[in-house]
Amino acid sequence: MLELENVWKSYRVGALGSKRLTAVRDVSFAIAPGEVLSVVGESGSGKTTIGKMVLQLISVTNGSIRLNGEDITAARHSRRKAYYRRVQGVFQDPFSSYNPIFKADRVLETVRESFFPESKRSEWDGKVERTLLSVGLDPGAVLRKYPHQLSGGQLQRMLIARALLLDIEVLVADEIISMLDASTRIDVLNLLGGLKQRGLGVLFITHDLSLANYISERVIIMRHGAVVEMGATGKVFGDPRHPYSRNLLASVPQLHRKWSDAPTELEALEPDGDRDIAPPPLREVDEDHWAAIGP
Amino acid sequence: MALRVEDLRVHYRTMRGDVRALDGVSFELEDGEIMGLAGESGCGKTTLGKSLIRLDERMRHVGGTAVLDALELPIGDDRAMNRRRYTDVSIIPQYSMSALNPTRKIGKLTADLLRAKGRSYRQLRPELVRRLELVGLSEKVLDNYPIELSGGMKQRVVMVLSTLLDPSLLIADEVTSALDVSNQKAVAETLVRFRDLGFVKSMIVVTHDLSLVYQIADTIMIMYAGQVVEKAPAETIVGSPRHPYTQALIGALPEVGLEYGDKRLKSIPGRPPQLLNPPSGCRFRERCPLADRRCAEDPPVVRIADDHVASCWKVTN
Repeated sequence: MLELENVWKSYRVGALGSKRLTAVRDVSFAIAPGEVLSVVGESGSGKTTIGKMVLQLISVTNGSIRLNGEDITAARHSRRKAYYRRVQGVFQDPFSSYNPIFKADRVLETVRESFFPESKRSEWDGKVERTLLSVGLDPGAVLRKYPHQLSGGQLQRMLIARALLLDIEVLVADEIISMLDASTRIDVLNLLGGLKQRGLGVLFITHDLSLANYISERVIIMRHGAVVEMGATGKVFGDPRHPYSRNLLASVPQLHRKWSDAPTELEALEPDGDRDIAPPPLREVDEDHWAAIGP
Repeated sequence: MALRVEDLRVHYRTMRGDVRALDGVSFELEDGEIMGLAGESGCGKTTLGKSLIRLDERMRHVGGTAVLDALELPIGDDRAMNRRRYTDVSIIPQYSMSALNPTRKIGKLTADLLRAKGRSYRQLRPELVRRLELVGLSEKVLDNYPIELSGGMKQRVVMVLSTLLDPSLLIADEVTSALDVSNQKAVAETLVRFRDLGFVKSMIVVTHDLSLVYQIADTIMIMYAGQVVEKAPAETIVGSPRHPYTQALIGALPEVGLEYGDKRLKSIPGRPPQLLNPPSGCRFRERCPLADRRCAEDPPVVRIADDHVASCWKVTN
């Protein structure tokens, strides 16, 4: 459904854009309908940049992004609106996603204003109510409230409801539960699980490996802007082939297993070299499991 | 006994009244103990950490005592606390990367800090350098401005500075939250090493990440809505918690190896009560699956084992 092919992104940084920083290097992957694909990596690995490119918030330097075969990389502004009907995003901080001066349900109303101006008020209200119920929110409890009156979990679910009001096919979820408390974040996570049963493709961007493991069928591990390993979640986390993936998994704190029980020496990794040359190619090491390692 | 806190009450003054951020907190900390302090946002864990070193302007010490090494901490008295700060109690703040003065070189900054405590920088410098090397930093950082160091380096500098005078109690407030997985592990292990080397006697590690604190803590204390719900050795909290809130919290944590398809994790319905006028009785009862009429009264503190306490009507020893 959504495909990325050899996508590169460089930012201009420094005074007057004198330097270039290559944030994403030669990334290719596809999301199928009804699939949650996780992109994990540490800060600066380029995972958020990928989300932004898919959402057309920033341009693509090289390569192409296609939605149902249609190249959207060079889409003009006029075609953006049609694209946003099908692809939407939710971001990390629920409190800065809303304008604190307005009531929170304004985000739903703006969808009507820009996409469904001809719909009748009663029809629209019914649709809003159904959508809110489908994300597990009680319409009476969240409508006509200001953002500060709602919890982070409610706000995030309302943003997901906003996306669902459109006929979206792909949802980009960038660290959407990192700021939520342990007791409520699971609701939002399970909601994403429910979305895939509706046939949505979800691009789940996270730094938390256990969340990625819980929710996604397939996972991509990124480092220095390039993919180091990707494939079926069970295979990548169960049998990591790239040294970086192994280091990452060894460092994750887990309940019921202490670091000191099985002390692992971290493996030596290649340093961050010239980012403008192509990263080592991915090699299929197993069925639906690729890693950037030599044979 | 390094630290004994009894019935500590700290309120935040607001326009609408007092918010009872700490409402009767009691616990003990042994010498050499690393205690993880966990809970959801707004449960009072950061307030507790701050209370033991410095109340900010909005906070008011309402009641209760904290005794460190047989000497009471004058929590409400900012001036009197100054004598204990840094030498006896020290803190690694939540945003330690921005804790360094950007206009001073690290060495100068340390000298200022020590002078304020009446200690000589020249005398302590060799020890400082030794400890910096221990965390993988060279002597050269003393001639650097904070802006010249990376986030992880600044974090390590702050860790070394906070413990330079071998405080008895160290409060580490969310020190790993802003770090990447691999740095997280390094920082957490450094905390343990500091304890093992005797740089600090005991430690309170404030965090929202139970799986991280489980890695390094000897005991874990769980707070909810300004009160302590359970304290026990880390293994017990994770393996056989007794308080319904702790059980629900542990049950809501995803782990590597667990998939959405196999087992659906459950969240805790509802949200914590307002602390402006908190309800009487057990504060978790609105969300608790086991609650009954008795829970409208304040729950007793049940001592399940010598090192395991939980405050709940449903817990029996």
